[in-house]
Amino acid sequence: MKWARTTAIVFLLAVSSACLLANVIAPASYAYQFREEPNAAPSRHHLLGTDDLGRDRFSRVLYGTRVSLLLAPAAALLSSLLAAFIGGIAGFSGGWVERFVMAGTDLFLSLPWLFLLITVRALLPLNVSPILSVLITFAMLGCLGWAGAARIICADARSLAQSDFILLARASGSNGFRLLWRHLVPNLKPVLYAQFWISVPVFILTEANLGILGLGVAEPMPSWGSLLRELESFSTASGQSWQVVPLILFILVVSSFHLVLTKEELPV
Amino acid sequence: MKKILAVLVLLTLITFGSNRVLAQSGGELHFCLRSEPKTFNPLLAADDASETIRYMTGGVLVRVNRLTQDLEPELATSWKITNGGKTITFQLRDGLRFSDGTAFSADDVAFTMQQLMDPALHSPTGDAFRSSEGKVETEVLPKNRVRITFPAPIAGLDRLFDQVAIMSAKSPQKEMAVLGPYYVGENKAGSYLILKRNPNYWEKDPAGRPLPYIESVRLDIQSNRDIEMLRLTRGEIHFINSLDAEYFDKVVAQDPSMAHDAGASLDSEEMWFNQVATSPLPSYKKAWFISTNFRRAVSEAINREDLARIVFRGHARPAVGPVSPANKFWFNAKLQAHPFDQKSALQRLTQDGFHLQDGALHDRDGHAVEFSVITNAGNKYRERMATMIQQDLSGIGIKLNVVTLDFPSLIERITHTFDYEACLLGLVNDELDPNAQMTVWLSSADSHQWNPSQKTPATAWEAEIDKLMRAQASTLDPKKRKEDFDKVQEIAWQQEPFIYLVNKNALSAVSPAVHNAHPVVLRPQVYWNIDQLSLTSEVARNR
Amino acid sequence: MCGKGWAVAEDINTLSALPKLAAKILITVLLGGFLGATLVRLAPGFGVDEEELDARLSAQSVQALRETHASDANLFVFYFRYLNRLLHGDLGNSRTLQRPVLQLVAERLPETLKSVALGLALGWSAGFLLAVAIVMSRAWFLDLLGSLLVGVLLCLPAAVLALLFVLAQAPARLLLGLVVFPKIFRYSRNLLARSSALPHVLTARAKGLGNMRVLVWHILPTAAPQLLALLGVTVSVAFTAAIPMEALCDLPGIGQLAWKAALGRDVALLVNLTMIVTLVTLVANSASDLMGRTFRTSEA
Repeated sequence: MKWARTTAIVFLLAVSSACLLANVIAPASYAYQFREEPNAAPSRHHLLGTDDLGRDRFSRVLYGTRVSLLLAPAAALLSSLLAAFIGGIAGFSGGWVERFVMAGTDLFLSLPWLFLLITVRALLPLNVSPILSVLITFAMLGCLGWAGAARIICADARSLAQSDFILLARASGSNGFRLLWRHLVPNLKPVLYAQFWISVPVFILTEANLGILGLGVAEPMPSWGSLLRELESFSTASGQSWQVVPLILFILVVSSFHLVLTKEELPV
Repeated sequence: MKKILAVLVLLTLITFGSNRVLAQSGGELHFCLRSEPKTFNPLLAADDASETIRYMTGGVLVRVNRLTQDLEPELATSWKITNGGKTITFQLRDGLRFSDGTAFSADDVAFTMQQLMDPALHSPTGDAFRSSEGKVETEVLPKNRVRITFPAPIAGLDRLFDQVAIMSAKSPQKEMAVLGPYYVGENKAGSYLILKRNPNYWEKDPAGRPLPYIESVRLDIQSNRDIEMLRLTRGEIHFINSLDAEYFDKVVAQDPSMAHDAGASLDSEEMWFNQVATSPLPSYKKAWFISTNFRRAVSEAINREDLARIVFRGHARPAVGPVSPANKFWFNAKLQAHPFDQKSALQRLTQDGFHLQDGALHDRDGHAVEFSVITNAGNKYRERMATMIQQDLSGIGIKLNVVTLDFPSLIERITHTFDYEACLLGLVNDELDPNAQMTVWLSSADSHQWNPSQKTPATAWEAEIDKLMRAQASTLDPKKRKEDFDKVQEIAWQQEPFIYLVNKNALSAVSPAVHNAHPVVLRPQVYWNIDQLSLTSEVARNR
Repeated sequence: MCGKGWAVAEDINTLSALPKLAAKILITVLLGGFLGATLVRLAPGFGVDEEELDARLSAQSVQALRETHASDANLFVFYFRYLNRLLHGDLGNSRTLQRPVLQLVAERLPETLKSVALGLALGWSAGFLLAVAIVMSRAWFLDLLGSLLVGVLLCLPAAVLALLFVLAQAPARLLLGLVVFPKIFRYSRNLLARSSALPHVLTARAKGLGNMRVLVWHILPTAAPQLLALLGVTVSVAFTAAIPMEALCDLPGIGQLAWKAALGRDVALLVNLTMIVTLVTLVANSASDLMGRTFRTSEA
């Protein structure tokens, strides 16, 4: 298992440095349209071919990775922390606080937040810079994605709060905050890791779909989400296997995250 | 002459074709609707799906032949326009029955007209007849005739009846009793519809066999075009009525005999600037957008050939103006599409005081020229066009931001709040006659997108267009109308309130199992002759 | 451990809490409806119709079209009227589909319930069993394979999954199972892994207890409350996932309905759908909560 983790870390480092050095490595601008060769196959000039408008796919993958690999984990972290905080407080306090917070969480799970996103788009100026738009989008995703995990964490925290060692700690006079920090947080790790790991790909894909609302990465900037959208009409793209490269990269990165996160978890 | 000959040959072929497939009646035709019909009331049909149902089930007095673009008798054997274009008299066919067996008479036409023109109904079909205030009179005359009188003359009156499906005044089934080739047999909401052959349909083929040939039609509701395409290649559906360019190429690669490119359609894709005086834009941007030089410079900086070649894979042509060259009579043949010429664009901009500074265009007061174009999300062709225009405009130092919005948000911006700078949308055009574009060109109209509902025309050229549009509508002389409308097209070409980009081709794919299909440019492209279509015998037997 | 008397007291509490719980659910559902309506009302594009762009319509007709929305414009008036009608068993009329909401929901709810039930059954049996297999066998390659499989499923856009299903001619209903499967697998694997590392489980193993007995007597009970909470959450996750899935595959369920309602800003339809989803979420989560508590008290 150790070699797999090492490979994953090396792979993640390689991908991160490649996209950080995109300006140096990329053979072309991610936006420039080589109009004489749209939908081109891989060649010496275009390692992964070109897209519908003739843009160099390799360069787009490099720059797209930079946006998605930086922001999606940040948003996933935000949502995991929110889930830990809200679920932890509710489960640990119990009583009416728990009932009230969990009713709120259920409500949060059911509301049509799509309309909030539409409203946010309307509040932003049309000429908003793409960076700001992306930042806001991922921040919103992070803020909206905590509810499901909070419920499980609440159940987790509740059983922990009533477990022997917390009762003992309480009896020996440990205060609330120390208790939370020393005992609760480490025990919530399995749930938080699951939440974080699931959120990363979900947020990356959601960002692509939010393009429908004019949020997220705007043309001509690439993101993994927009690169994967190419695959959606694959009845026309079948036979162009190199289009799957962004997807494979995406899967590898998400799996590597998993390997890095779940160290020493399975007692062997 | 050559064209007439070609049409004649094609017509003979069609008649010949239909004779050959006599033995192949029956079967079930399958195709997809992209959404479920909003209504079965033919008078209220406005969305594509409802119009499909209306076309296949509704009986009309006269029908525009989608191939020849001529008017042909249907429920009416003949008609006559009198009273300076105000009155039309129809001679109706005798002995017809609705799908439920109720007899058809002139009373039904009177009933339909009364319903259609009811101001409370707000029927888009009815509104097309509403040229001025006043009541529409319908008289039932002896010998199965009916006379309809409008308060003012309507140019192209008879052709408007192509859209009016006659409803029964007496049938207990109301709008579900129809006179067309099919009736709605089954409707599983949100999933599929089955149309059954109308046993009382009036028309017969030259051999005296009742039409339509095909026993039933199954319409699956399928909004996902990729899945629709997969189902076509798998033989689960028989045709796709309007195909996207990349799928078309795919069909050509698989089986060229299935692919039909009928040439440039009447629809156009265009971009326009917000010229509304009360819009919340800063005044320097308003000044750019009302400048003719600015609009023409942007237009010249756009490479339309590239748009057609890359976005539509060659299945489109650079657009000239409000009328597509496919509209043979009304198109002003003197006009050419604006050529791609960034040098000339920069010259025009210099005339207005714009100048380049470090590669970025600035106006007289030093504002960098940057604006956004909104388009409806989910339409990848528009998104791609906008992205290409983005690169084209950067060639003259303009920074363009592409913003995709969901349709309701977009409509709110272009019709209510006017909080947008430029918009890229398409105009669906079914009607050949320029009267159909009246609400687009009159400066007082709601659909005058760049600056709607003006009390008085904001510019001299808009006043001129108003005058010409009213003049062409008030005369019945086709030559005079053509002259007036040609001038409207010239003004639109010079002023470019709409920057016309491309006319898409009418593309379709039809399975070889369908006989006698001759896809055309006008809607409904593939099944305009639905009553004449038939399926190959194996298919007919298997279903 | 908790004393016996304590557990009995909690049991009585649970029973007497039922009417209270029902009241809580009712209030939250109504609140959900109101908040849903507020979100729709405040979003741009409310009160505009695609038909307004129809060049054939006269100015009067466009005006009339705009006025049809006027009655929904004031949120409080709308909600008051809605509640009033609701008391008479009328859910109102959908503006976009021009039919009574009750009829639309009655037609389509069974379709979605079927998909959700099948999806949950599939997702739970596959996800949970895989997690159990990995934790019990402690085989790293199985863990790696499972993670890769789940990674692939998470990374594929829903539209691509839908297309693959059509290609394989598989029933689209199963898609929902593939959407909830990764979540169930990931959470239950992590939770079970933690339980299996607890000191008493390790002791039990060291004493040579069989795998099955360790699982049933030691691992599952400690992870049960969290797993039950997960069950509750996956119900609402499946309902939410039904929206894009049904819209993509053209399945006539309430997910597709919700998508159309959202595009048309159909308040009457959206309020009812929000309330249905809130109700399902609350019932599922409250039930799993209750079960979790009873489990713990009986365990004690």
